[in-house]
Amino acid sequence: MTADSHMARIRLRGQLKKLAGDQAEHELSGTTVADLLCALEQAQPGLAGWILDERRQVRRHICLFVNGEQARGDDAVADGDCIEVLPAISGG
Amino acid sequence: MTELSVGTKKGLFVLEGAPSNDFRMSGRAFAGEPVEYALRDPRSGRLFAAVTNAFYGPKIFFSDDPDGDWTQAHGIALPEGGQHALERIWVIVAGEENGLLYAGGDPGVLFMSRDGGESWELNEALWRHRVEEDWQPGGGGLCLHSIVPWPGDPRRLTVAVSAAGVWHTDDGGETWHRGNNGLVAGYMPEDARATTTQMCVHSVCRSQERPERLFMQFHGGVYRSDDGGKSWLDVGHGLPSDFGFPLAIDPGDADSAYVIPLRADTDRVTPEGRVRVYETRDGGDRWTARGDGLPQHDAYLTVLRQALDTHGAGAELELYFGATSGEVFASGDAGASWSTAALRLPPVFSVTAA
Repeated sequence: MTADSHMARIRLRGQLKKLAGDQAEHELSGTTVADLLCALEQAQPGLAGWILDERRQVRRHICLFVNGEQARGDDAVADGDCIEVLPAISGG
Repeated sequence: MTELSVGTKKGLFVLEGAPSNDFRMSGRAFAGEPVEYALRDPRSGRLFAAVTNAFYGPKIFFSDDPDGDWTQAHGIALPEGGQHALERIWVIVAGEENGLLYAGGDPGVLFMSRDGGESWELNEALWRHRVEEDWQPGGGGLCLHSIVPWPGDPRRLTVAVSAAGVWHTDDGGETWHRGNNGLVAGYMPEDARATTTQMCVHSVCRSQERPERLFMQFHGGVYRSDDGGKSWLDVGHGLPSDFGFPLAIDPGDADSAYVIPLRADTDRVTPEGRVRVYETRDGGDRWTARGDGLPQHDAYLTVLRQALDTHGAGAELELYFGATSGEVFASGDAGASWSTAALRLPPVFSVTAA
């Protein structure tokens, strides 16, 4: 854990939760949302390639929320933040 | 009894039956997800599905039973931290060695498995060509869609990429060379045609009986090669359109091939509202329309690249193809007559028979 790292929770649901050992909440450390997602993939190899693509970019149709506000991969995180990962709303 | 694995926009459908009788639906998997391709490996009995989930990206899964549990295969990804991401898996093919399989995809990528499809590795040598030469995509993406092993020789393999042409290896994938001599890229400016490497190949098949013979559906022309794919001869004269996607060869007769022409090249539907498969029995000198039992009025169907397959050989060759309008058609007499195996499926991406 670096000086800028913060402990935050990632919350998964549906198929992603199943791939993460059927565990919804994961406490991890990092400086950005993308850092935390990388750490999540390392801790839960079944998720590799499902949220981040090979470029380490969040897949186009994945939505991220930090404490209820829509977020991006490069957004910074703070201690105690809650990050929700869910498929984008599709349809008309 | 023949099993059809039908990849659709809304999942995998497995049909069982025979062209002379009805087909029944015996399984469905990945409901709601695009299944680009599915294959029953005849050696292991294992069923593979290439699934491109809109949210989570392309994956390969395998199972013995389409209605049972599916396992995700490992290694279907590009090198991490690079500039490219895998977009889609277009095709899965059984190789000429126990446990050897290939998968081709977008962006111009070949994967190999040596353990029956549980784990896969990128073919680095072909990938280097793709990165260093900056291959350009066709309308459907930069898709490696055709993988044709050489019967009995796992070191020899041909692949085709839209629009990076034909590539051959003679050393099991360690080195690759092009095989585009004779192809005419009519979609390029005239003075660029002789030197271009942007070859929009739509489909390539190899004869099982005579491996040096291949047929190709090109973006403008049907071609034949008699030297293992080094050079190509235009044999598309007599077809109602030089455009189309799928192609099949009778495994028992190297002179017999089948194409489904579509109106070129923005319309991409069956010409004149008639669904017809065109057959040659003489290596492409003459083509004959085969439409008995297929819709012949106001039928503007699109048949995609991977949506035609064969089973058996000779006079009893079975042919199957699906359309984006949701039909699957079947012939049990080498295309002489046709019946409908399925109606009202989601748009059909691929059909394989086992």
